[in-house]
Amino acid sequence: MTGREPPRSTARDLERYAGLFAARTKVMKSSAMRDLMALTDRAEVISLAGGLPDTSTFPPATYASLMATVAEESCAKALQYGPTEGFAAAARCIAEVMAAEGMSVDEDELLVTTGGQQVIDLVCKTLIDPGDVIVAEAPTYPGAVPTFCSYEADVVQIALDEDGMRVDELEETLDRLEREGRRPKFIYTVPTFQNPGGVTMSLPRRQRLVRIAHERELLVLEDNPYGLLRYEGDALPPLYALDGGAFVIYLGTFSKILSPGIRLGWAAAPRPVLQKMNLGKQAADLCSSSMTQLFVTTYFEQGGWRAYVESLLDLYRSRRDAMLDALAEHFPREAAWTRPQGGLFIWATLPDYIDTTDLLARALRENVAFVPGRAAYLDGRGGSSMRLNFSGVDEHQIREGVRRIGKVVAEQVGLYGTLTGAEPTAPAPARPTAAEGLADVLQLPPRRGSRRGRAEAE
Amino acid sequence: MSTVAVLKGGRSLERQVSLKSGAQVQDALERLGHRVVAVDAGPDLVERLMELRPDAAFVALHGRDGEDGTVQELLEVLGIPYTGSRVAACIRCWDKVLAKHLLRGAEIPTPDFHAFSETAFRELGAAQALPAIERQLAFPLVVKPAAQGSALGIKFARGAGDVPAALVSAFSYDRKVLLERYVPGRDLAVSIVEEDGAPRPLPIVEAVPNEKDFYDFEARYEIGRTRFVCPAELPDALAEQASSLAVEAYRTLGCSGFARVDLMLHEDGEQLFVLEANTVPGLTETSLLPQAAEAAGITFDGLVERLIADALAR
Repeated sequence: MTGREPPRSTARDLERYAGLFAARTKVMKSSAMRDLMALTDRAEVISLAGGLPDTSTFPPATYASLMATVAEESCAKALQYGPTEGFAAAARCIAEVMAAEGMSVDEDELLVTTGGQQVIDLVCKTLIDPGDVIVAEAPTYPGAVPTFCSYEADVVQIALDEDGMRVDELEETLDRLEREGRRPKFIYTVPTFQNPGGVTMSLPRRQRLVRIAHERELLVLEDNPYGLLRYEGDALPPLYALDGGAFVIYLGTFSKILSPGIRLGWAAAPRPVLQKMNLGKQAADLCSSSMTQLFVTTYFEQGGWRAYVESLLDLYRSRRDAMLDALAEHFPREAAWTRPQGGLFIWATLPDYIDTTDLLARALRENVAFVPGRAAYLDGRGGSSMRLNFSGVDEHQIREGVRRIGKVVAEQVGLYGTLTGAEPTAPAPARPTAAEGLADVLQLPPRRGSRRGRAEAE
Repeated sequence: MSTVAVLKGGRSLERQVSLKSGAQVQDALERLGHRVVAVDAGPDLVERLMELRPDAAFVALHGRDGEDGTVQELLEVLGIPYTGSRVAACIRCWDKVLAKHLLRGAEIPTPDFHAFSETAFRELGAAQALPAIERQLAFPLVVKPAAQGSALGIKFARGAGDVPAALVSAFSYDRKVLLERYVPGRDLAVSIVEEDGAPRPLPIVEAVPNEKDFYDFEARYEIGRTRFVCPAELPDALAEQASSLAVEAYRTLGCSGFARVDLMLHEDGEQLFVLEANTVPGLTETSLLPQAAEAAGITFDGLVERLIADALAR
């Protein structure tokens, strides 16, 4: 009728294709939770689920003039392939960003990538055979989970507290793995304004982690997308600066300081590792976009990038404060949450009888969304936690979104009270999370009841 | 050549699956030579249908709106013939509690259960009755929302301590939940398609979990976690018994066109229980009904052709 003959895809045909799928596709799961997450981008939903910077703050006139300059000065180059490692001029911009955080890097130790996400993929591609161990934080960046899974890694997660990854627990785990004859290939960490936890690794822990990496000759993948987005407190040196480029692979990105739409990130790594990653990148996509690299270099030549980041700090600081105030006002006293000094996320933990995946289904009826905590674990924990983003929507929406979530949480707390005979809960008094309570926020107790079954689901 | 509106997507939690089902159906209808218009069921649904005036609607909407009779009611009002069950049957099947009462009334075995609304707990002190229910149904028991198409919100309670949290989860999806006796055993699905006005059971599909001892309904829907065997390896007499029980349930609930009836075969290998009937079962490439149809020698296109012909004849 339409003239096209769409390929038939019946049950039997799928089985035919299934025989061709690689073993690793078996762990690339679809799930009910992912289906729920797909509903969060409806227009009427206030989504606190994303991790989006607010790109509406970037002046369209600047964008237009940058693109015009690229067109006038390097049109053919912009439309052409580029070197796998990226343009030297882009590397100079990267060096400038890293210098702003106290790192010095040789340009030949850099690989321009298609977003920071590609660095995670290339590191796995370079280092991970099926069954190899990756050590990550608990909770960890939800976007890394499918990458780790697709390389069939065995991920061991280490608890966080207010000072970041529990390095004592890391050492115990490394000892245990050594006894079991399993050597972790790398330790994945977001030490600064962790995604999703919002906490920052203390200086002593950073130093100790780097020492551990040197002593045990382990690689560390330091994922640092938010380092420059600090709203208060003093900056801490990145692991890469402390390590001197021996065992730390550094992941940086323009996504949060400029734009995720340009899809540009980078890796700085020891040369032998970088060479393998370069080969991996050749196989994956030959090179990252010439056009957006030229956009970035032109932008940096104009010199205003720091001022733009400064403008983001004021904006995001107010949004973070709006979210913290709203949480204090609308979340019940049983809830606890982190108070990040920067970055994009707050991690909130509810009483253990609330399953945030189910809560999301309820919250979607109120047109509000968040990321259920289970997305940040590979072992089924996190069932009562949620990640809340405060950078992507305005303060009014933040307040309204948190109010709506608070309402459904209060409803569930009240219902649980009714079911167990506990007294109903009054709205929480304004209360930031005390430092000693933060450990409980992040080190989640195993969920009761259905935990086991659900654990296997994600 | 007739114009068929494929209703898909919608606002329900099963939107994603519905989009896949709808796309499959759309392709099949096009191959069959129909003029096909896909409609993502949203605020402009009625307006679009009034504009399009299709000869028939293929309802590929799962979950709320599509399976609870809402869309069917609208199609009745607009005078547009549609696939599958009529309004009343949709309402009966969508509400698992109502369906189970009707099954029980017709002496079709279904696991013992008790159901309560949220207000029963909030206003009538139903929590006080939980220990008695737990004694009656014994652990582990299954707690589920009365109305929710997929596995969402279904929890196992292994002991009394698990029940309140499981209820809170189930109430996330619906104002009414049921506590049901757990039937250990094998998970069977009987798909039914009408042929010359009579329901015909298709070969039985068994969902076999790859891991032992998992109480995870979500896993059933994940490729790689569950293996589907069709036809299920059952003694002929037992397969026949399951099929006729499913047809009986289909009739009791007043379904039409097609449906999928989910059953449990107790681990004793004898007792069969009907869990529920789905009036708009999944029609994606991995869904059970298309698998069963294939096993019966009915291609997906053939299946869609039957369903739409049935609607056009109404």
